[in-house]
Amino acid sequence: MATQMNIEQARLTYALRLGDNALVLGQRLIELVTHQPELEEELANANISLDYIGQARMYYSCAGELEGKGRTEDDFALLRDSGEYQNLLLLELPNGHFGDTIVRQVLFDSFYILQLEALLGCDDAGLAEIAARAIKEVRYHLRHVSLWLIRLGDGTQESHARVSQSLLDLWRYTGEMFSGDAVDDCLRDACNGPDLARIQVEWRSNVNAVLAEATLAMPEDEWMIGGGRQGVHTEHMGFLLAEMQHVQRACPGASW
Amino acid sequence: MTEKNWPLYEVFIRSKSGLSHRHAGSIHATDDQMALDNARDTYTRRNEGVSIWVVRSDKIVASDPAEYAAFFEPAKDKIYRHPTFYDIPEEVGNM
Repeated sequence: MATQMNIEQARLTYALRLGDNALVLGQRLIELVTHQPELEEELANANISLDYIGQARMYYSCAGELEGKGRTEDDFALLRDSGEYQNLLLLELPNGHFGDTIVRQVLFDSFYILQLEALLGCDDAGLAEIAARAIKEVRYHLRHVSLWLIRLGDGTQESHARVSQSLLDLWRYTGEMFSGDAVDDCLRDACNGPDLARIQVEWRSNVNAVLAEATLAMPEDEWMIGGGRQGVHTEHMGFLLAEMQHVQRACPGASW
Repeated sequence: MTEKNWPLYEVFIRSKSGLSHRHAGSIHATDDQMALDNARDTYTRRNEGVSIWVVRSDKIVASDPAEYAAFFEPAKDKIYRHPTFYDIPEEVGNM
């Protein structure tokens, strides 16, 4: 199968996965609007979540062109069901407490930044162009959440204990980022795209550096949960989509 | 959770190269680095700036409003301090 993967099909699926990651994380962060502990963090979070939703729009519009069936950003975002979404499970998990949200984003952004760096030089001009725009935003996001993790980890006894637990809770969702399938192989081999094995090595070292500064220990690798690439989601995904899609489902074709 | 307020910082933004930094407002932050980030997120999200300064509000030494008269009023009637009584030659251009 892997060798027979159609390049056009792989590019389309890859663009959708990037869009799904960005949209689902963006939606989760949007849920936190008006719930942040400080006004300044409120603005930062709203900026960051809208950055992700903006990126999702670019990936979906790229996917729509690749597919050539006239589907729009809205069709991909609002009219697909859970099984058609291929985001990482890590991103659909409920926000938990502030430390959980920060840890989730450090783990994901540390991966996403490396994925974008690799996409900058890939042969898919559409994705390379989006990556060039997205990478500036994600560099700032990663810096913002890394600094928070360092403050919380190296903060009080309570904040340290809480983010240590967040790290343990979320660690089993990190393996999925690096367990590629035929689509990832095809993009790497045929389009000079991201090499997940290489990214994993760099990710470990970058994450370890932040954790060390935060006086947190990197958890041992354990059994890793997967399924996002196959559209097999956690129980939380349906609720997320229901909230995000209900206006469009109730009033099909409604627009602003 | 403690209810203690985070320290206040004053934010100065330079809107483009060549101009000077101007006071934009203030924000709360736990440390200098966060102050810079919060200033960026609060005051430059509509592309207002190319450079940001932040400074702890309690580090600013300010004049005392109660001493306004002694501080500023003596300058009010010293109109000769304005260089408006001189004829500036054309060749000098803007001064």
